[in-house]
Amino acid sequence: MSDVKKFSRRDVVKTLATIPVLGALGYGVLKKIDSQKKKVYNIADDLGLNLYDEPELISSKGGQTIRLGIIGTGGRGKYLLEAAGFAHPDTVKHWRDQFQINKSDTRYGDYMGQDDLNIEIRGVCDIFDVHAEQALLSASNAAKATSLDEVSPGVTRYRNYRDLLKAPDIDAVIIATPDHWHAQMGIDAAKAGKHIYIEKGLTRTVEEAFALRETVKETGVVFQLGHQGRQTASFNKAKQLIDKNILGKISLIEVCTNRNDPNGAWVYPIHPEANENTIDWKQFTEPTKHHPFSAERFFRWRCWWDYGTGLGGDLLTHEYDAINQVLQLGIPHSAVASGGIYFFKDGREVPDVFQSVFEYPERDLTMVYSASLANEHYRGKVIMGHDATMRMENKLEIFPDNRSTQYRKQLDAGLISSNQAMITYEPGRNTLDGTTSATEQYFASRGLLYTHVQGKRVNTAHLHIKEWLECIRQNKQPSCNIDQAFEEAITAHMATIAYRENRKVYWDADKEEII
Amino acid sequence: MNLPQQLNTSQLYSLVVVRVLLGWYLLYEGLAKLFSPYWSAFGYLKSSQGFLSDFFTSLADNSQAIEVINFLNIWGLIAIGLALILGILGRFSTLMGVLLLSLYYLAHPPLLHVNEVLVTNENTLWVDKNLIFIAVLLVLYLFPTSKEVGFDRFIYRKKA
Repeated sequence: MSDVKKFSRRDVVKTLATIPVLGALGYGVLKKIDSQKKKVYNIADDLGLNLYDEPELISSKGGQTIRLGIIGTGGRGKYLLEAAGFAHPDTVKHWRDQFQINKSDTRYGDYMGQDDLNIEIRGVCDIFDVHAEQALLSASNAAKATSLDEVSPGVTRYRNYRDLLKAPDIDAVIIATPDHWHAQMGIDAAKAGKHIYIEKGLTRTVEEAFALRETVKETGVVFQLGHQGRQTASFNKAKQLIDKNILGKISLIEVCTNRNDPNGAWVYPIHPEANENTIDWKQFTEPTKHHPFSAERFFRWRCWWDYGTGLGGDLLTHEYDAINQVLQLGIPHSAVASGGIYFFKDGREVPDVFQSVFEYPERDLTMVYSASLANEHYRGKVIMGHDATMRMENKLEIFPDNRSTQYRKQLDAGLISSNQAMITYEPGRNTLDGTTSATEQYFASRGLLYTHVQGKRVNTAHLHIKEWLECIRQNKQPSCNIDQAFEEAITAHMATIAYRENRKVYWDADKEEII
Repeated sequence: MNLPQQLNTSQLYSLVVVRVLLGWYLLYEGLAKLFSPYWSAFGYLKSSQGFLSDFFTSLADNSQAIEVINFLNIWGLIAIGLALILGILGRFSTLMGVLLLSLYYLAHPPLLHVNEVLVTNENTLWVDKNLIFIAVLLVLYLFPTSKEVGFDRFIYRKKA
């Protein structure tokens, strides 16, 4: 007998019995890879598109330190201060604590990672004492601390914005007041030689839009309207794709607003300390009609025509500016509008359901805006061309049209179909979302909260302020300059007038007047 | 026949079939990940639920750990799959399979209140595919077949 038991032929067979299974799997895998290669036909490659070329970063290194004043430090003003790197210590603490509880809440990390904009906040103006006090601490918190005992000596509170504009140690102002103050403050700031970042909608009335444009142009200050969507990577990509005629001839554009919570319908909380002693009501109503003190009107001003223009100025403007940025539509030839106060019967004057149709005969297209504040069924921006349809949000999706001429060959070959996006662009698609509230999600999905730059999530308002600051340093005009702002204002006003006067409104482009 | 567990022939071959099928599944999971250039365990770990989610999400947040995990995961699946199909180191490879699948299970236990983020067509409560696979692997561990059908027959061939 040998040392090792004889390894019989039967043993060999049993040892290797399962090897054919591997052969079968190998064959299947090769087949599968092959079929996937065929299936993943990428029309973007065919069309020579480089989807993920990264947008250039705006540099904020070097240059002079810009000294800012902020007028209006309520909800939006506070947000802009945060975007500029000046969050209230309690806010920074809150973000940090939330991150400890929920690791997917990235606000703290995003904020701490935000670029230093090389600015100082020197002046704070608010006519509500509580907001002013909070903003003073925010303005002092350049160090991004989670607690702060006293206001920095370099920061001054102004009770009237005119005094802030007189301050020699302020180069530029952020205006985040209710709309009825925008024009006057903008004009006064421009005359004082201060560069301007102003919130949208540009003005409350048509006349104000003309006056503000004139002064900004005369004085040459660097002007940015607060449509932070200008910084959204997907919108810039959408423009590139449309410029390459990916959609074919565009004839219809649908944009919408859909929200369904009191906050989204401007029923903002009224601060418990709000009263005639803490609010300078006289100054609040100065550029508009007199009205006895009303904390409701002060905090929920968007609900009344005296202070704003409702959906037109607040939310249509976002949608319009996004489209204007992509298609350079300019002011429409005509507008009609309809709607009503159908859900929030809380004494408001502005409609909560609002539709407007804009005609651009020279461009052979119509833009439809449809808004509800009482239903949040998701309807995005849709740009419809003869060859394809684009859904434009933080993510872009392009669906070919079954009747397309341009893609006839690919459609017939079954390489693409109208059921499936043929091009998808989604920067930051590998990151998870840590946002919370419904309104926040609404804005996030619409590309109004953040975008992705080189894989990093960045607040778009931060980028928008940064662009403005860089333009001040280089004496250029930013992306949402006074001409873009004027187009936004006139378009929104046409819709508002059409609704309020119940008529079709026209724009005479030669005479530059609404008729 | 000389079966250690006194399995009859049909019992033996049905266990071999189960072993090979499970091996196929795991091997293909590994290969599919290997051939998918953008695949990463990041999403699975980052969206981890349940009582160990802190641990798994912290792994996701560590980019170096993720690379190691991706490597171990892909090659672990491939190695376990191959070992099951071919019958190599039967008991060791089934135990490794139990370990790997337990990690999958613990990262996403199908709990009552879990809000499942991943898109699957499964509807699960406490028991999911991973848990069943773990149980099958334990059975294969207790009834090893690789010394009868598989490379282990050669590796562990009896000395005289």
